[in-house]
Parts: sequence; structure tokens; C-alpha cells
Amino acid sequence: MYRIRFHGRGGQGMKTSSRILGTAFFYEGFEVQDAPKYGAERRGAPMSAYVRADKKSIFERGIIHNPDLVVVSDESLLTAIPETLIEGTTSQTVLLVNSTGSVSEWKEKFGIKPEIIYLPLQRGTGNTESAVHIVSTACAAAAAGLTGVISWGNVEKALREEHSPLNESAIRENIETALYAYEEIKSSPRTLRQGDDSSSRINNPKWTELQFHHSGLSAPAIHHAGTSIKNITGSWRVFRPEIKEDICSRCSLCSGYCPDNAIKIKEDGYPEIDYAHCKGCLVCSTVCPKHAIEFHPENSPHKRSHYRGDV
Amino acid sequence: MTRKLLTGNAAAAIGARLAEADYIPAFPITPQTEIIENLAEWINTGEMKGLLTMFESEHSMITAAGSAACAGVRVFTATSSQGLMYGMEMVYSAAGWRVPFVMVNVSRGLAAPTTLECDHNDILAARDSGCMQIHCASCQEVIDSVIMAYRISEDRDIRVPVIVNLDGFYLSFTREPVEIPSQEDVRKFLPAFKKLDTGFFASDPQSRGVIVLGGSQYSYFRYQTHLAVMNGVKIYHKAADEFAHLFGRNYSPVEEYKTDDAVICFFMTGSFSTKAKDAVDRLRSSGMKIGLIRPRLIRPFPGDSLRSAFSGIKGAAVIDQNISMGKGGILYTELASVLYGSRKDAPVLLSYIGGLGGRDITFNEFAAIADETMQAAKSGEVPDPRLLYSEDELMQMKKLQEIAGVVK
Repeated sequence: MYRIRFHGRGGQGMKTSSRILGTAFFYEGFEVQDAPKYGAERRGAPMSAYVRADKKSIFERGIIHNPDLVVVSDESLLTAIPETLIEGTTSQTVLLVNSTGSVSEWKEKFGIKPEIIYLPLQRGTGNTESAVHIVSTACAAAAAGLTGVISWGNVEKALREEHSPLNESAIRENIETALYAYEEIKSSPRTLRQGDDSSSRINNPKWTELQFHHSGLSAPAIHHAGTSIKNITGSWRVFRPEIKEDICSRCSLCSGYCPDNAIKIKEDGYPEIDYAHCKGCLVCSTVCPKHAIEFHPENSPHKRSHYRGDV
Repeated sequence: MTRKLLTGNAAAAIGARLAEADYIPAFPITPQTEIIENLAEWINTGEMKGLLTMFESEHSMITAAGSAACAGVRVFTATSSQGLMYGMEMVYSAAGWRVPFVMVNVSRGLAAPTTLECDHNDILAARDSGCMQIHCASCQEVIDSVIMAYRISEDRDIRVPVIVNLDGFYLSFTREPVEIPSQEDVRKFLPAFKKLDTGFFASDPQSRGVIVLGGSQYSYFRYQTHLAVMNGVKIYHKAADEFAHLFGRNYSPVEEYKTDDAVICFFMTGSFSTKAKDAVDRLRSSGMKIGLIRPRLIRPFPGDSLRSAFSGIKGAAVIDQNISMGKGGILYTELASVLYGSRKDAPVLLSYIGGLGGRDITFNEFAAIADETMQAAKSGEVPDPRLLYSEDELMQMKKLQEIAGVVK
């Protein structure tokens, strides 16, 4: 069985990516199961998706603990949730990352065992309608190429099906990107290993006998205000708002409207964004009467520039 | 017949479309909403005839479902979790009205605390309502069960709502290959809705669900509903046989997987039971004689089929994806009630609570459960009920409690 785990952020199209790969496997005659897991169900928040493909009926379901391939749409996840990304990986696993970083850097930093491959992503496509789909399309096509068992024809057919709401020119652009990613991956002689279905027990479940705890401890309550400050949600940000003090009129609307209370007013009356918690929702930028809050893609400018600027 | 990748939600919606439901009272709730979105889309484009009405709550939605069935149309509706709880008064009432319709419940754990993920306390809260319940383990089963449910619900010897249950996320948002029956074949299996003797007309006023004072009449009506649901076993068998004949897929009230020579078995419902099948295959490859027994029909509870399935089984691990506070696993007591009291060689029964709020159950855990069950089958000594919960999970909880500022 092939077990493929996708990691991305809400809004990056990783669910679509997993569906394109699932559909392509299905057209290739595989039994397939694909499923997203949304986590916080918020744009920018880490999410994952799973694809299983086998020649016989699939009984496993849900979380993939022992992936053959991990697809990462966003390199910032490598620093944000490294344990989640490499869970269950071995030196046999392949990690396909949308990044321009260097292999040795990640390997060293996180002690990553799997082989790392960077996503071949065609640059310079300009059509904004299709732009958000490009990364997810490339991820799916590269993953399909890596398996070595899915023909280009079935990748294209799956892509057309899953992107059917797009117009023809956007679909064509996606197909171009997909073909590039598919062929680049196939050009190096590498075959994705299929995981086994052995009865080997990885470890003891280490159950614990859950004891009674009094209600001060065991009621599902948050006992003080402000505890969410410990949840560093700044890593969810796809776009980074930036306040231009030379334009700002110090009206403080942005601070009032910020749903995460992440904009403070400084002593001099100018607002200041708390980037550790700002999720990049851009409500501030929308409500600013002076248009003093610009926003830019969070990192990897060449990649992020594919995203629409008018979110 | 076409074979496509479908989510459980899409399968449920296509089932309702193929059953040619006339009326869909609706209210959105995660993880069910995709069902009514699909139906609304098809009604909008004309791919499906019928009327979809959005209500202000599940209470009104289920009232409308029962009332429309009284008025003589085929009704489909769907809900989940808190929505089912909010409509619960009318779930019981509609069953008492003795009207047919099909409701899909997409299982999701109940508040508090609030979750979006799956367990079965929502659907099992409707256990005693007088509605029949079919619990699905795959997306294929969802589409087929919705179609079968209409046949059963509309049978004159039943006439209570049938609830088809599918698991949130693990089926609702998971795509699997699904055979979609043709409209023509479905029409052969499920004849057009006949106006019942319950037809409500302005020119011919009737009352349903009347008040009866004094326990005697009440006892009569309540026991009649019980007998109708009990008829469900026979009618279910008949529907399943015809379904198998027409579509080639067999849905006995109790699924038995590799039980022929099994010494022990897992006993569970819903989509996690396919994980148990995977564990059975792996454990068998290392020589353990283990199987899976899974009731599809929860109401009526198929006692005879279960007693026959358990023949030869020496020990069973009941894995309840639910919990009755102050008692334990609900299926555990249900199963014990059909195996004990009349049989001398009943198997030892071990109780596990697992998968609450969608918590995963790993192969390691299935393997450890199998070991304990085999041990108990040999020694006759049954361990205490166990929550599937690890040291690591407790450590994680302690960290979160620190952040939440618990009272020590």
C-alpha cells in the first residue's frame, strides 16, 4: 500500500492536492482512500491530508502514522511543526518540500532521516485566477511522478476533474505546471517504496489508568483570561500586515477590530502589531481608513507572489 | 452503474437523490453540511426534483420531516451531534406518529467539551426513540443503506423513521470508491412512494400523536411501536436479500469477518471497525485466531444473529466508541444482554472505551487488546474496563491544564 501524507496550511490547496493524487491513483486502477484533517479549520493554520492507494481493499483509515511519502507545501512548517512532519518517517521515506532551502540545512537542523526532494515548480506564471492552485497542482503531480505507477494521462485527467470549476486557461496553466513537476521528478531514477502491511508491533501502547481528578482540575475550563497568549499563532500567517506610520492617522481602528487583540497602541499613539500572535487575517488592513496597512507574502517571495494580493 | 470516489457525505446525498426524496427539511451543522449543500445544488440545477426548506433549528426540521411524511411524501433529512440533541424531542415524537422517513446522522462527539470529531454518543442518545438505526462502516454502505432504509421505513409493518449513521471525518470527509447504482435499478428495488393511510388533506382532517391519559392506552401504543421496531429484523433481512439480489452487495444485520475458526473477536460498530479488520488480517498473519463481529443494525438489536455469530467464540473485546457516564460502554451492556441469561457457554467479554472525539485507535492498541482478550479467554479472568489512553496523552493534558490555570 502507498501511504502519502500531505502537510500544508488552510487555504493552500492541500486538500485539492490530495484529491488530485487520489483520483489519479483511482484512474490507474488502484483502490483509494483520501481524506483531509483540518485541525483548527482556519486559513493559514496547519492542516494535513492523507492518501492511501493499494491494489486490494483498504481497511486502514484516518491518520497515516507510517508514511512512504510526506508532501510539504510550505517550508515554514518545517520550523513550525517539525515533529508532526517527520512523525513515523524512516530513511526509506521521501520528504517532498516546496522550498528553495538546502537539504543539508534541514537534515542537520531537525535530524531528518528521510530523503528530501524539493518541489520542481515552474516560475513566472502570471494568471492570478489559477495562481492559488499552482502549488497544490505541482505537489500532486510530483507525488504522482514519484510513485512511478501513475501515467501522465491519468494525472491530467484527475487534475481536470478536481479543477473543473476553473476556466480553461487556468486549467491549462495548471496542467503546464503539473507536467513540468511530473517530468522533473521522473527524470531522476528514484522509486517510491511501498510500505509493508506486516504484523510487527512497533511498540507497546503504554496505556495509563486514568485516575479521578477533582473538578477544579478535570472540568474543561480555562481558569484565567489571556491564556491564549501562550499559543503562538503567528506561524499561521500567510500575509504579513505592516503599518506605515507616515500614513497612519493614529485613529486606532485597527487595534479595535483586530480579532486576536494583536495590535497594541504604543505610547506615541501609533499601533504596533504583535507578530507572535497575528494570524494575518488582514482585518486591520481592510478597516484602515488611511490605507496605511500594507501586506506582503510572509516568506519566499517568488512562491508567495503566486497568491492573490487582494485577499 | 458507475464507480467513483465519493465522500460519505456525497454518498448520503446521492442515496437520497436516487431514492427520489420529495422533500428535504434542512439545517446545517458540521460535519453534515455537505449533504444538504449537495442536495440544494441538485435541486437548484434541476438534477433533482423536490423541495428543500431551510429551518431555524433541528427541532423544527424534524417536526417538518414527520409532518411531511404524514402528508404523504418521501422525506429525507440529515443532522449531527448537537443538532440531533436539539431535535431529540421530535425524534421520539415522529417515531410515535408511526410515519416513515430517512434521517442521516453524521456522528460527532457531544458537548461539553465541544468537539467536531467523531464518536457515537449522539446517535446512541436516540437509541430508545423508536427509530430504527443502521450504522455504516464505509462510504459504499452509506449510499446503499440510505436506499435500503426507505424500503424498510415505508413497509407497512414498520412505519417508523430509520436513522442511517455515518462517522464524522472518518466517513463524512473521506473519499472511497463507491458503486453508484443506476436510477433504473433503484426504482426496481424501491417503488415510488405510496400515499399512506396517513395522508393528511385539508378536506379530510386527521390527528396524529394524540394525547392518551391513563397508562393503559399509553402502554398499548408504546408497546406497538416496540413491536414495529422488532419487526425491523425480519423486514431488514428481506430488504437486504433483495438488495443483494439486485446489486450484488450483502448487508446482513451483523457483519462477521473471519469468524469461522476464530477463538476471540473484536466487537464494534462504525468506520473504526474497518481498522479492526486490518488488525485481524495482521494478527492472523502471525497465527492468532481472531475475527470481527460488527452489528450494522443497532435498533432493532439483532439478538438472534448475534447469538449465532458468537457461536464458538471464547472471548470478545467490546470496543465502545461511546460512554454512558456512570456505567461504561453502551454496546458492552447491549451485547451482554443478548449473550447472557440463556446460554451456558457465553464468551468472556472485555470492555474497552476508545475513539472518543475521534481519537485514533492504532494497530498497536488492537494488538494489545487482542492479547488481553486471548489471555482472558484462556483464564476466564476478565480485566477491568479500560479507556484507551496513553501516558503520553496524560502528559500532554497536564501541560494544557497548566496553561489553562487549573486549581490545584
